[in-house]
Amino acid sequence: MEPRIRIRRSAFVDAASCVACGCCVKVCPLGAISVFRGVAANVDPKKCVGCGKCARECPASVIVIQEAQA
Amino acid sequence: MKKRWYDYIWVFSLTYLILGFFNILFAWLGLLCFFIPLIISVSRGTKGYCNRYCGRGQLFALLGGRFGLSRRRDIPGWMKSKGFRYGFLAFFLVMFFLMLWNTCLVFAGARDLKQVVTLLWTLKLPWHWAYHGTLFHPGVAQFAFGFYSVMLTSTVLGLITMLLFKPRSWCVYCPMGTMTQLICKAKNRET
Repeated sequence: MEPRIRIRRSAFVDAASCVACGCCVKVCPLGAISVFRGVAANVDPKKCVGCGKCARECPASVIVIQEAQA
Repeated sequence: MKKRWYDYIWVFSLTYLILGFFNILFAWLGLLCFFIPLIISVSRGTKGYCNRYCGRGQLFALLGGRFGLSRRRDIPGWMKSKGFRYGFLAFFLVMFFLMLWNTCLVFAGARDLKQVVTLLWTLKLPWHWAYHGTLFHPGVAQFAFGFYSVMLTSTVLGLITMLLFKPRSWCVYCPMGTMTQLICKAKNRET
């Protein structure tokens, strides 16, 4: 019997294009995203549930919601 | 989410823009928007100003978000490219130093005070109603006119991109944001 793979969604940031404005941080209801040292946003995969609020808010549209293996 | 005191800094940004219509000398207060982000990025190595305290960003978020004055479309790829962001920063700095040079000329007495606000670096708008004379040198007023031109121009650009794209599209190419991010990158390379 094959092991069950739980698929969950999570936010992924294109760090190279991120402007570190922090708009995503303000809208995340779980506090799962932070701006690391003023360089780029960083998602905590343990907290993120992939709701997509950050992706909608990101002015540079550099956040995507993708399936992530739990 | 619970609102904090710094979520209301947009009130100061709006007041600043309004005050410039009544007394141009208030434009000097805009220097806070230049020095605070630089001090935070240099001393702490973060973009704390953009992330929390930028009243202009909050104003765009309010107008474009809550008031719905934004199409909420993706910003074009070229506008978020490094070439455009760094190029815009360089252009902005050149125009800023030109403004400082003009101020120096007025201080030196080589040029008369021009009571105009230059919008988008080209449109010279008469602004004499906001100048009532001053105890200080006319150069002080010249800097205020020049600096208010910078602030008004960036606000107008921000409002245009807010309408066309996402509310805080200005943050993508904001020269202060680009500059503080460069400082943070440099600082993090050190450590």
